[in-house]
Amino acid sequence: MAVDEGLKIELGKQGVLVTTIEELYNWGRKNSVWPMQFGLACCAIEMIATTMARYDLARFGAEVFRPSPRQADLMIISGTVTKKMAPQVVRLYNQMAEPRYVIAMGACAISGGPFKEGYNVLKGIDRYIPVDVHIPGCPPRPEALIQAFMLLQKKIDGQHLTGPDRPRFLDAEAQGEFPVPVQGEHDLEPASNPGVWTVPVVIR
Amino acid sequence: MKTVEEIRAAIEAALPGAGVEIVSNPSVSGQHSLRLRPSHAVAVAKFLRDDAELALDFLSNATGVDWPDKEVTEKVKVTRTVRKTVDGVEQDAEETVEEARKRVEPGCLEAVYHLFSVARGHGPVVIRMKTVNRTDQVELPSLTPVWRSAEFQEREIFDLYGIVFSGHPDLRRLLMWEGFKDHPMRRDYVEPDDFEYEPTAHDEVLKRAVAHQAKQEAAGTVAGAAGVGSGVAAGREGKGAGA
Amino acid sequence: MSTSGFVAEKDKREGWNRPPVIEPDGEGELLEVSMGPHHPSTHGVFRMDVALDGERVIRLKPVFGYLHRNHEKIAEGISYLGSMPFTDRLDYLCPLTNNWAYALAVEKLTGQAVPERAEYLRVIVGELTRVQNHASSIGFLIQEMGASGTPLMYAFKAREKILDLFEELTGARMMCNYMRFGGCRVDATADWLAVTRKVVEELPGFVDEFERLLRGNEILMARTQGVGILRPELAVNAGVTGPMLRASGVNYDIRKVDGYGVYNRFKFRVPLGDHWDVFDRFMIRLLEMRESIKILEQALKDIPGGPVMDAKAKLRGFRPKPGEAYGRIESPKGELGFYLISDGGPNPYRYRVRPPSLINLTVLEDMALGQNVADVVLIFGSVDIILGEVDR
Repeated sequence: MAVDEGLKIELGKQGVLVTTIEELYNWGRKNSVWPMQFGLACCAIEMIATTMARYDLARFGAEVFRPSPRQADLMIISGTVTKKMAPQVVRLYNQMAEPRYVIAMGACAISGGPFKEGYNVLKGIDRYIPVDVHIPGCPPRPEALIQAFMLLQKKIDGQHLTGPDRPRFLDAEAQGEFPVPVQGEHDLEPASNPGVWTVPVVIR
Repeated sequence: MKTVEEIRAAIEAALPGAGVEIVSNPSVSGQHSLRLRPSHAVAVAKFLRDDAELALDFLSNATGVDWPDKEVTEKVKVTRTVRKTVDGVEQDAEETVEEARKRVEPGCLEAVYHLFSVARGHGPVVIRMKTVNRTDQVELPSLTPVWRSAEFQEREIFDLYGIVFSGHPDLRRLLMWEGFKDHPMRRDYVEPDDFEYEPTAHDEVLKRAVAHQAKQEAAGTVAGAAGVGSGVAAGREGKGAGA
Repeated sequence: MSTSGFVAEKDKREGWNRPPVIEPDGEGELLEVSMGPHHPSTHGVFRMDVALDGERVIRLKPVFGYLHRNHEKIAEGISYLGSMPFTDRLDYLCPLTNNWAYALAVEKLTGQAVPERAEYLRVIVGELTRVQNHASSIGFLIQEMGASGTPLMYAFKAREKILDLFEELTGARMMCNYMRFGGCRVDATADWLAVTRKVVEELPGFVDEFERLLRGNEILMARTQGVGILRPELAVNAGVTGPMLRASGVNYDIRKVDGYGVYNRFKFRVPLGDHWDVFDRFMIRLLEMRESIKILEQALKDIPGGPVMDAKAKLRGFRPKPGEAYGRIESPKGELGFYLISDGGPNPYRYRVRPPSLINLTVLEDMALGQNVADVVLIFGSVDIILGEVDR
């Protein structure tokens, strides 16, 4: 239940701060998203550039890159996911504690990108794990990654703690562990996780 | 630096019967190569490395090439005996006809090595070896004991082309996972068909996506698959777990 | 022909170039650790299977392929020019030198000439690439030592300035796709050259600062000196190239040996290592940055006018005559070569990248065996690899 904005401002003038648990909770979460220190390919270099002095990701409370998935809230898929690497990516995602988010950074993470025709290239990480924000580009500029952060913050801010549209980590029945694909004799098995990904509809 | 002819002469002088052939390169780069017999390759390689004048101490590049079986159509002149009636008299006459014949040239796998000399600053000298065929006789001697830099590169050739290097200290797949069965850089390799979806309507990939869909439709397992390029929108089934 | 001080050793016993066998001391059990493919110090997705006896490394096997993007297979299915943007993504810290190596190999295959101005532009962007690569690689190395942030931030400060130049010239920060067979895609404006001169003027100050920050640091010296020694004979036999080879005291720089492009017009020296350890590799990179700045100053002074594309260069309908060629350059990582076989068609029949990063890793095991596990991270960092090039 949100507080009426006008009333909030009025009360603020009187020195009274009014908020809801939900707002406070989301405000805290969105300003301390800790990404996992996890680089895959070219985009990882731009991700590092984003954390450096010029673009300064610390402004968004997200400069604390954690090497361990247990301490991380956000996984930035920064580059091409190969079929050899995909099981490890899913396993790392499974090891992250809820609430957890995923940014698919760059064309390769979204769809395989320029390497889509490759026999060892996974055609988009969203075949195995749910993705919250996609950013196009090859590689996306640091500004684009910053925008992805802002979109993610917006998404976190809009999450409700109760009700049918509550996020996965507050839903006891939601799926928490995602099946890890197995490296078969010719390809990954299965080729996608139907619980996460169905072939999108293309309308032309 | 010596020319390939001079190098071949030097090898033949040091190792008689090595049977080195020159493979000429018609390109302007002028990098002609020497084809070694697998049986003599290690001895020749050692000679190339240790010879004071050549001193090819640095193996820069090692790679595989696939030459698949080729169907060659060639015109052959055939002489046949035909019965002909000449001036009312039946007699045998010889006649030459051109006939198109198809012949399968057996393919092979090839390993190519580029050598340079750090001590003398020259190069490249290109050496190559051929396997007997592409299926069961794919063994070549490993040059890793002579030049260590071949270690990973020969593993890569084994992985992607399937040449088995005898005498390699640690011959495993380099890039693909263990348990993978194919050799993907071969020209007849069939890629896994996972082109279900292609949002950008152009190119080779779209062709493959359409082919994939046709195959699915033929198999009757089209449920949930969206029309690629067709504009047919199938309902999206099942809400994503992450939604 | 160069006069190198290196003389190959003769009459070695069999197996001299194999890694040493380290015996465990017999107490306790061996600990098997899989470092990677997700590990904060592995520059990406690289794995080392390590067996430890206490802290000592007994066995180390690198595992590759986590970024195998099938560059070679894709390149055999598209036109020669179509592969140029893919080369950007090989060693993604140095796209311009990758472009150069590929353009050089194709030019060798077809005998294509390159105008002088384009050669100078190639040298300028190539040496700028080398400066930013060496700065970043030192930054990463120190980062792995535990100094998280600061040195890398200094390195990226200089790198961003150079990337701005690339962006202005080519349109992209990282994936420049700048060179063509027979020249460069666009000409540099007088403004760009003026700005570049200004940036290059400031670079020695940056290198001085960077060196002061790091070189005298006691911890850095204690951790890097005498660690990860690589003997020159093994380095040559194992195909190690680039700063790593020169840190082992072998005078082999392809810019000097081949003199490709216009490199024989510039005065520069080749720094060589004395102790063959991690500290030497670190120092060689610092010194090479200084030499690169010298080349940049000369090239920016002498750059002639004229076109940047050869008038006879063919871009569309490009079909080289059958044949093959191997072209190589001194990339910041080492010898980057391209081997092309043409069958007369529009696509290469065989397209092979000779990746310096992969081949330099051949000796990782030799350098790391018997060292402490904490030093493995440093030794690995001193090789300076980029996974995009290792796995391709």
